[in-house]
Amino acid sequence: MTVARRKFDAVIVGAGGGGMRAALQLSEAGLKVAVLSKVFPTRSHTVAAQGGIAAALGNVTEDNWHWHMYDTVKGSDYLGDQDAIEFMCRQASEVVYELEHYGMPFDRLENGKIYQRPFGGQSQNFGGAQATRSCAVADRTGHAMLHTLYQRNVRANTQFFVEWMGLDLIRDEHGDVLGVSALDIETGEVMILQARATLFATGGGARIFSASTNAFINTGDGLAMAARAGVPLQDMEFWQFHPTGVYGVGILISEAVRGEGGYLLNKDGERFMERYAPHAKDLASRDVVSRAMTTEIKEGRACGRDADHLLLKLDHLGEDVIKARLPGIREIAIKFAHADPVREPIPVVPTAHYMMGGIPTNFHGQVVAPYKTGPEEVVQGFYAVGECACVSVHGANRLGTNSLLDILVFGRAAGNQIIEDLKRNTHHKHLPGDAADKALARLARLDSQKDGENVAQVGDMLRKTMQAHCGVFRFADLLKQGVDKISEVAERVKNTEIRDKSRVFNTARVEALELDNLAEVAVATMVSAQARKESRGAHARDDFPHRDDDKWLKHTLYFSEDRRLDYKPVRLKPLTVESFPPKARTY
Amino acid sequence: MKERERARWRCRRGLLELDIVLQRFMDKHYAALDEAGIRQFEMLLDFPDADLWHMIVQKDEDEGKADMQPVLRLLQSV
Ligand SMILES: Cc1cc2nc3c(=O)[nH]c(=O)nc-3n(C[C@H](O)[C@H](O)[C@H](O)COP(=O)(O)OP(=O)(O)OC[C@H]3O[C@@H](n4cnc5c(N)ncnc54)[C@H](O)[C@@H]3O)c2cc1C
Repeated sequence: MTVARRKFDAVIVGAGGGGMRAALQLSEAGLKVAVLSKVFPTRSHTVAAQGGIAAALGNVTEDNWHWHMYDTVKGSDYLGDQDAIEFMCRQASEVVYELEHYGMPFDRLENGKIYQRPFGGQSQNFGGAQATRSCAVADRTGHAMLHTLYQRNVRANTQFFVEWMGLDLIRDEHGDVLGVSALDIETGEVMILQARATLFATGGGARIFSASTNAFINTGDGLAMAARAGVPLQDMEFWQFHPTGVYGVGILISEAVRGEGGYLLNKDGERFMERYAPHAKDLASRDVVSRAMTTEIKEGRACGRDADHLLLKLDHLGEDVIKARLPGIREIAIKFAHADPVREPIPVVPTAHYMMGGIPTNFHGQVVAPYKTGPEEVVQGFYAVGECACVSVHGANRLGTNSLLDILVFGRAAGNQIIEDLKRNTHHKHLPGDAADKALARLARLDSQKDGENVAQVGDMLRKTMQAHCGVFRFADLLKQGVDKISEVAERVKNTEIRDKSRVFNTARVEALELDNLAEVAVATMVSAQARKESRGAHARDDFPHRDDDKWLKHTLYFSEDRRLDYKPVRLKPLTVESFPPKARTY
Repeated sequence: MKERERARWRCRRGLLELDIVLQRFMDKHYAALDEAGIRQFEMLLDFPDADLWHMIVQKDEDEGKADMQPVLRLLQSV
């Protein structure tokens, strides 16, 4: 089968905040840029972000980037790379002002400056009083960001391929990246998008868990494409569980509820967080609260017929406060939990929220892998930013509102790096004859599969396995069985069958292809988690309850081909300031 | 043609709230929609996520959206 080809200077897979920020940099520099997205750009998952963007503007309380850097290093449980963290925190104010200049309608203080709100983990003076660092556009920060970036990209002539799905990465025999194969969901046509620079910004993959705050599109496609093409995945054992997802559906109930004075109860009506975090109580950091809730569930103090969830109480705040300050939360609770928080508590469980791991990159957005001589060789022509990348600024645990900052800073940095690199690489490299074979083989397999399994059922099995074996708390025996079980599921994924074999808008085919990707991400997660014998940030092991810097102050690298693991050092040396050496992490 | 399939894909959103409500709607009500209903639904799907979500939960009878009310009411009920 001959496959159509198109050539661009740069191809970006993903039109969320990260992809669109990078695209803007490139298009405004006059390059020919294609951006692919499974859904309309402004429907990317960035739209769900409400809390805000962290930047030490100091508009409400005194602040500076160095304090922000300290908080991020500590929050990462010292697994974050300090060069990248310094880079991000130093540029934070600039990218926020830039966005303001692009027309992002930030909330304002009376003096006209950008309004800021406090968030967990933010401190003044290296661990002192609470800092006030997050900039927001009411409860629509992500929405405003996507609309602002989309408008500006359209003006800069970025070419969008909407409802296109990237299928596989194209590399030549030297390992250089030449573009992607992609499926036009509307027509079912496969095309090769050839480029001098290929950037992945495909977002997260928390749909590998049954309880997830992520939208359905978050299936980790970029990670799977990279993994299938021989690029390792970094730190996949680290997933952030948000304490308060609505029981049964996963929808996020923001920390704002606890910030306003809401608190958690067990079945005895006890405010149990007082036992686990006497000082910060319900506002302790996300990993701490999620672990406390899981312990309550495990020890039989949870609510409901199946004793499997806890209650978030806020009626004591009063109807007026709830209606005025938390209207969105009330709507969600009524719609999905059939509970009006003015009168009743909301049933909640810890819910998978954010993927700290991803495609390994340096702080210029270049993908790095130990495939030639050193552990961090640049993979020529390949870049990644945003939640799909692991740069690593979040290390073992991300702080709230640092992700929107991450996607802006590194989206822009990757754009600048690509502009530089393309000055040297003026020609497209030769495209091998088999460039689309990998993708075509997966499609052909789906077309010819007989007596295969149902995609939804196998997907369910995958999510249940991850939830049961690799959740908030991890146990040696469950992880060991988990590796076997998820391997079995991954085998079954290879034999799924779809009834509808037509081309046009075949969503069953798209979902089968997404399941291939979920399986890559799930196996990488389970294998990496089983191997890490310590507790750090979001990775909490029952048998190794403490952080072990002697043995485990290192990044995991997982190779899909033979499920091999390798490790590389954490970059403890910042760019200009002194290193923050690992200390006990207490709040 | 593949109207249903196309609508089903456009129910994939950035907000999980909408993913869930729209999927429930597809399972429960889509098959029974007439031509006019399908048009209304497609118009609704074109709204930005935040706006569509507010239309579903706030239930205010906005004059401007009167032409989409029947389908909107179904979305509010699932
Ligand atoms: C409910 C919720 C609230 C949050 N609130 C905040 C907050 O307040 N502050 C904060 O800092 N962070 C927040 N986060 C995290 C943050 O929103 C995300 O980490 C961030 O938006 C990710 O941006 P991104 O550009 O990397 O990816 P996304 O915005 O997820 O975009 C991914 C893009 O890739 C495309 N794509 C994926 N696969 C393919 C493929 N195979 N082919 C083509 N296109 C593809 C998608 O269509 C989409 O355009 C929140 C997360 C959630 C779930």
